[in-house]
Order: sequence, then C-alpha cells, then structure tokens
Amino acid sequence: MTQARPYLKPLPEPSPETRFFWEKCRQHELWLPYCRRCQRFFWYPRDFCPRCFAWDVEWRQASGRGKVYTFAIHYRAFHPAWEPEVPYVTAIVELEEGVRLYTALVDVEPEPGKVRCDMPVEVVFEDVNERISLPKFRPLPEDAHA
Amino acid sequence: MLEAMHEERIHPLEKLDVREKRELLRKVAIVGVDESDEIGIVPHKSTLQLHAEAARNALADAGIDKSEVDAVLTCSAGGMASVQLAEYLGIVPTFTDSTMTGGSSFAIQLEHAALAIAAGICKVAVITHGQRGHSDRGRPGARAMMDPWAPAAQFEAPYYVGGPVGQYALACMRHMHEYGTTHEQLAEIAVATRKWAMLNPKAMMREPLTIEDVLSSRWVVYPFHLYDCCLVTDAGGAVVLTSAERARDCRKRPVWVLGAATSHTHLTLTAMPDLTQTPARYSGPRAMAMAGVTHSDIDVVEVYDSFTYTVLVTLEELGFCAKGEGGPFVSGQRTAPGGDFPLNTNGGGLSYTHPGMYGIFPIIEAVRQLRGECGPRQVPNARVALVNTTGGTLSATGTLVLAAD
Repeated sequence: MTQARPYLKPLPEPSPETRFFWEKCRQHELWLPYCRRCQRFFWYPRDFCPRCFAWDVEWRQASGRGKVYTFAIHYRAFHPAWEPEVPYVTAIVELEEGVRLYTALVDVEPEPGKVRCDMPVEVVFEDVNERISLPKFRPLPEDAHA
Repeated sequence: MLEAMHEERIHPLEKLDVREKRELLRKVAIVGVDESDEIGIVPHKSTLQLHAEAARNALADAGIDKSEVDAVLTCSAGGMASVQLAEYLGIVPTFTDSTMTGGSSFAIQLEHAALAIAAGICKVAVITHGQRGHSDRGRPGARAMMDPWAPAAQFEAPYYVGGPVGQYALACMRHMHEYGTTHEQLAEIAVATRKWAMLNPKAMMREPLTIEDVLSSRWVVYPFHLYDCCLVTDAGGAVVLTSAERARDCRKRPVWVLGAATSHTHLTLTAMPDLTQTPARYSGPRAMAMAGVTHSDIDVVEVYDSFTYTVLVTLEELGFCAKGEGGPFVSGQRTAPGGDFPLNTNGGGLSYTHPGMYGIFPIIEAVRQLRGECGPRQVPNARVALVNTTGGTLSATGTLVLAAD
C-alpha cells in the first residue's frame, strides 16, 4: 500500500524489548507479553512482569478482538500531520486478553453518539512503511462478539 | 484485572504510621508566597526571569533576605532544574530538589522541603516555578524531546501528539460512561471557577461565563468543549518555607503544614489502573490522616484544574463525595462564591493562569486565603485548606493540608 503523501506522524522506534511486537505487527499479527508465573498478560512489553517481577515472560498471540474502553474525538490537530484527518478518533481498547492498548479507531463515524464505550472492535494493521505496521481497531458487528 | 494488580502494590493506609511525620511537619511553616511581577502573556520575560521575580517577591513577602536561602527546589528550569536555578539566583544550597512530577512537582517538593527543614538539613527553602506556556508555543527547542524508545513514544505518539487534552478526554469519557457524568455538570465547574476569577484582579479571564456559553463553545477534543480546558499562559510563582522558630520573626503570620503526601500510579495512559481514578485516592487520605482532619474541617479547597474533569474526579478521589457522584456534587453552582464549597478561589487554571504546570499557584492561593488576604474573594474564617495538585496524565498527586493558627 503506497501513501499518497509522505508519512509525517511520529513512528515507533522498536527497542530491544519491543522489537518482536513490531515485527509481528508487520506480519499483521498481534502478540502480547505474558507472565508465566502469574499466568497473565501484561502491557507494555518488558523483560519482566510488572506485577510479580518474575523475569519469566513469553510472547503469546492475541485474538485481536476487544472492546472500546474509552475514546476521544479530536477536532483540532496539535501536530500538522493530523490536520488532514480531523475529526479523528483515538481510543483505548481493552483486549480479550485483559490488557489495554492506546490506538486509533478506523471505519467509524467520528461523531458523538456514533462511537461508544464497550463497542466490540477488532485489530487491523496500517502498513506505514517496510518496517512498521500500526495496529488500529475497527468496529465488529455486535453479534460477532457474542 | 489491571485494578487488582494495582491494588496489590499499594501500601494500605493502616500500615502507615503518620504520627512521626506529623510531628516533623509541625516544626515547619510557609512564610512567603507570590507570583512573578506579571502573569498572563509575558513574551518579553524568559523562564528564568519569571522564576527570579517570583522568588524575590515571595522572599519579600516573608521578610527574608536571599542570603538566608539554603534550599532550592524547582522542576522547570531545564534538565538539572534546581542546579540551574540556584546558579542563576546566586545560591549555593545545602539541600536541592529537581523532582519532576509535572504539575504536582511543587506540592511534592514542599513535602520534601518541610521534612528537610524539620530534619535540620536546611533552614530556608524556596520553591519556584517559571514557564512560558503561551509564548514558547512554536519556539524551536523550547520543549524537550522524548526518548524514542520510551513507552509513550512507541505506543501512544504514533496515534496522538498534543499533550494532556487528548489523554484527559479519554479519562473523562470513561467516567461519563461509567457514572453518567454530563457535559452540563462539567460546565458547572467552568462557570463557578470563572465567578471566582472575576473577583481576582490577577486573573486572565474575567468576563462572565454561563453554562450555555460552555456548552455552545467548540469541541477541542470530545468530550471537552473549549471552556472545559485550562488557559495556556506565561507565569512564575514561588513559595518560601522555614522553621517554626525562624517563622516567628517573619513579616506575616505563618501557615502550618499539617499534612503532606505523595502518590503516583502511572505515566503511560495504558498503564493507568483505572481511567476513572487518580492517585489522589492514596495521597489525599494520607495527608488528611497526618493532619488529623476530616472533610468537614476543611474550609477552602484548591484543586488542580487542568480540565473541568480533573476537578470533578479529584473531589471524588479525595472523598468529598462518593465515587461517581462528582457531577451531582458540583451542580447548582455549589463551588462558586457564596456556595457552601469554596473551590479554586483564585479562578484556577481555567480562568486565572495556567502556564503549563499550574501546581504552585493553588499553594499560593491557599496560603493567601488562610492569611485572610483575598479581599472580595476571601472565604470567611478560612482556617484549614486542602491543596491537591495533579501532574502528568492524572499520574502523580501531591496533597497538602495547610492551616492558620
């Protein structure tokens, strides 16, 4: 997918602890860090579990489904890269695995009343360049989630 | 699940013995407060000039000469803030503190300064702030860059850049969803705060404001209208503390620090245990227990108001009302002049001044109220004040309980 104009938004710079996550995103897969002692997922990626401090963690693939924990509709761009997009919707999505990601919603009408908390969503990946694909979320039909 | 994980990390209040700290704090007093000469839009002054003016004015308020200052505390003079500021003011301190917790830095530094004075490490502490939030917009190099490997740089900035407004909007939206908080209830706060500002000659916004004005103002980031958001100004402020003994010879009556407490829960928004909570739920009860006061003992409340929502949620977290009832609590202009809950009596960050980090100004106002210096906006017989400041994205809080004799 080629961009009509150069991509001007800040891009993630994968760090030693997050490189795996971003590589999987590039393959359109969502993987999360998991503590083997707590048997729980956690976010964001670290070499250890922030709950029990066990350095015994692994990556596990997530379902990619969740619900909108909260959202905001941006009518003003505070950075020039977003100016062509206002109004746009940011959100925190709570995944089925119990962790929350900061993200943007796509395929929604950016209007109060059209977006709501707890609406079911699924991950989609925006291919930004050869290295980075950004996880974003789009609405799922209500019954698909049930 | 996040919530449960978080609660496990909190030291329960009952495990804390606050008595020893209470005794220490009794050895310390606030003796000087003031702003910089000008606040509002001050493009002709540098950040350091704003610091220095405020420090000079607060020391004059105390009647203490700069040569006595042996502790310097600030967060807003560059990367080694207190080192830079002490050099600029010409001070070689025995106690230094550049603690940076955003807008809560000043209350948290006040706690540190008080304990250092009580411990005999220093005698006179100056906490200062200077910031050109308005005039530094777009000035190259004025804002520090984040490490691109930082969690927020990797997992938030690709979706949003623009500071607190987008983050607080997310928190507010969840509160509205869970508790039914309304735009009208948020507007009540903006309107009541404006009424206080109209009584403060130093306030930037002094035109009358109605609920309808707030609700018909443009969306900045939904669910926030323009008037739900604080000002962006230039301003400096300073607070001077010294020992109870030295305070006897100061120019004005001392204001006592009855309680002081700190907490923080997260910096990155996705690490926030519950978006409808703030760490004031931890620092607030601790500061009040230390002070030995209950809610009904408090005569005036100064709460950091970066957004109307910040006030609403903080009142809940401090226990002035039940969780989720902040909306009904502030309704009917209860927090306005003449209401039964005097709140943000200087006009707050919403209408008085907010240079980016507002947290020193609620301390200044609380001291002035307790001294009875506030003229038309004076709360009658104000004897105990509670200050709660919030930094980051509802991340870090410093709560103070202050009192006059």
